[in-house]
Amino acid sequence: MTFVQSFVPIWTVILAVGVFLYVLLDGFDLGVGMLYGLAPDTRSRNLVMSSIAPVWDGNETWLILGGVALLAAFPLAFVIVIPAVYFPVAIMLLALVFRGVAFEFRYRDAAHRTFWDHGFAYGSIVATFAQGVVLGAFIQGFKIDGRQFVGTSLDCFTPFSILTGIALVFGYGLLGAGWLIMKLEGDLQRAARRHGRWCLIGVLACIATVSIWTPLAQAQIAERWFSWPNTALLLPIPIVTALLAWTVWRSLDHAASSFGPFLGTVGLFLMSYLGIAISLWPMIVPYRYTLWEAASSPKSQAFLLVGTLILLPVILLYTSWSYWVFRGKVRADIGYH
Amino acid sequence: MHLDPLILSRLQFVWVIAWHILLPAFTVGVASFIAVMEGMHFVTKREIYLQVSGFWIKLFSVSFGMGVVSGIIMPFQFGTNWSRFSDATANVVAPLLAYEGLTAFFLEAAFLGVLLFGRNLVPRWAHFVAALMVAFGTLFSSFWILAVNSWMQTPAGYEVVDGRFFPADWWQVIFNPSFPYRLAHTVCGFYITTGFVVLGVAAWLIRRRTFVVEGRLMLSTTLWLLLALVPLQIVLGDLHGLNTLEHQPAKLAAIEGRYDTASPAPLTLFGIPDGKNAVMHNEVAVPWLGSLLLTHSLRGEIKGLKDWPVDQRPPVGPPFFAFRIMVGCGLLMLALVIWGTVLRRGDRFVTSVAFLRSCQGASILGFVAVLAGWTTTEVGRQPWTVYGLMRTADSVTPSLTGWDVLVTFIGYILVYLIIYPGGLWVMAKIVRHGPAALGDATIESGRPMQPVAALPLAEGSAP
Repeated sequence: MTFVQSFVPIWTVILAVGVFLYVLLDGFDLGVGMLYGLAPDTRSRNLVMSSIAPVWDGNETWLILGGVALLAAFPLAFVIVIPAVYFPVAIMLLALVFRGVAFEFRYRDAAHRTFWDHGFAYGSIVATFAQGVVLGAFIQGFKIDGRQFVGTSLDCFTPFSILTGIALVFGYGLLGAGWLIMKLEGDLQRAARRHGRWCLIGVLACIATVSIWTPLAQAQIAERWFSWPNTALLLPIPIVTALLAWTVWRSLDHAASSFGPFLGTVGLFLMSYLGIAISLWPMIVPYRYTLWEAASSPKSQAFLLVGTLILLPVILLYTSWSYWVFRGKVRADIGYH
Repeated sequence: MHLDPLILSRLQFVWVIAWHILLPAFTVGVASFIAVMEGMHFVTKREIYLQVSGFWIKLFSVSFGMGVVSGIIMPFQFGTNWSRFSDATANVVAPLLAYEGLTAFFLEAAFLGVLLFGRNLVPRWAHFVAALMVAFGTLFSSFWILAVNSWMQTPAGYEVVDGRFFPADWWQVIFNPSFPYRLAHTVCGFYITTGFVVLGVAAWLIRRRTFVVEGRLMLSTTLWLLLALVPLQIVLGDLHGLNTLEHQPAKLAAIEGRYDTASPAPLTLFGIPDGKNAVMHNEVAVPWLGSLLLTHSLRGEIKGLKDWPVDQRPPVGPPFFAFRIMVGCGLLMLALVIWGTVLRRGDRFVTSVAFLRSCQGASILGFVAVLAGWTTTEVGRQPWTVYGLMRTADSVTPSLTGWDVLVTFIGYILVYLIIYPGGLWVMAKIVRHGPAALGDATIESGRPMQPVAALPLAEGSAP
């Protein structure tokens, strides 16, 4: 039985890594999508979009994988959480649809390019905001009876979840700016650095607010962070976050640093992610069901684990390979002489 | 006003899946077609294969992009609108869905970038492999999704504990009784759907006299292919029907429009079903033929719907008519393919305007048949989500109100009514450009791809 129980930690790690990868990968391309709306002319929009065109659909498949892996490994969480965030999920999906087709349509349908340009930028921002609302609603917890969500579909819209929605817009914006700094040069890179600074300010303000708000609102979370010796053990998290924030700010200013802003932002995301995980552990349906209670049958988890352990490394390998193929700066001197 | 979340959720699901299924119906076949063309080019090095492949890759990339985004919506429907179904069945079906994500989707998405943008960035063999992988990916995708669908139709390999399904034998879960037939019938249908699109586009190119050589290559290859596939599909369909008779007799009764058990049973060609009185009006039927076709004997018994309690009968109208539409499409296809083959004598298949025009008109036949077939099998499964075990009415998310679903349903309607015509418009433009547009080298080796940067600059916005 101990062996059987050990599937849950493995699935927790796989799902945690998968969700984090999704947040990073689709995060930067959603962020690029938002900044796309700020690009001044067709030439810069073309370049901005070129920087993510070969990889965006691969990034979005992580969302599907995250969704179905949650359903397969922790079905109880899926069937409670998804109905509880009915509207944000639907809004996110519709926005992703719009933004996804805009890649192709904008390129091939010159007559309606402005329409698709808007679709791309607004789709990105709406999808991001909706994801942030989902996150906020998740942290606040749901009204549950037995195995079902029993609140209303509007419960998820609260001041807190609106705040996390805004936070994620700044966060993905920062990731996107970091990506563009790596991929572009000259004016466009300078613009990305400028946008990055504004996003960073927004991100830090939101992180601070959320960090104060959650322990005040949830006694369990306050208990987790402010009881001895937890406070001492967890102290590195706020300290590292502050250091990372400072590093990102410096590298945004420093014209020679191409990779600094993106890597630093990844670090910031990791810290925030860890912060949330520490607050909620071991719950997967906050304040109600633990990972173990929500897990699917060992037989289901085992069956999927076999393939996952074989396929996931391969997937990671050739995902990296396709990033490698399209590495380097997107150049402005091709195609418009 | 009272709005029923169950009915609205069903309509919403119909809406999003019906639009979605059109894309795999096309991309599964076209991915294989591209792989074949790339393979022919790899072996023969003849430029024309590359040109044809490049042309279809463009159409593929548009439809695949739409398939990805409309596909993301599907698994989330299980959570948003069908949470009780998900709660009951997740242990059995969710791993299959996850395998779909793992094996197929990633194979497609990861190699797609190389197929679309990487021709000059990777060695020739690697590009061919990427084309093959994308094709395999679409097939794996179909495999897992149809395994899930088939399990809902003919559940096997499970045990029920506290009202929820748990896996007992994975082999039986996946290879459940209807799965092999459904998989073969569906994939063959997808190939045929693509085939008729290729036929229609090729006929149009030939008639316009701009890309006659390319058009001829497409037309000829595809016509041979369809000459094999269309008759094969009729056989597969017959086998699938026999499988339905064995495992889902109530669905078969609905398809046949049969309320009363009969032996020998006639074949009802047409009629107006009247569910309330359980009778067919204005029936046109051929005696004996029903028994002959379905039981392969003249005296075989076909059960009628009256053998089941009223609350376990599927509605008759949709499966009855949809089935006849599907079969009608199949017969039209068969006629066209035979006609084209006869016209090969003296090369008239590329000169006969009547034939070429018919090919153009027939390009939507596959889609109509796929939708009709899907309607037949899914409505025929009602009133169950898991056949005979879990009712559709017990599957819907309990927290939803009718208004909730109405709002999202309107959202899905609006968005789809923008993106699908948009996609069609874009694809029509690609077809109008024809296969020659290939070779406008927008990609330089060693550099990141630039298809988007190659856009003509809009007036006035040039730097």
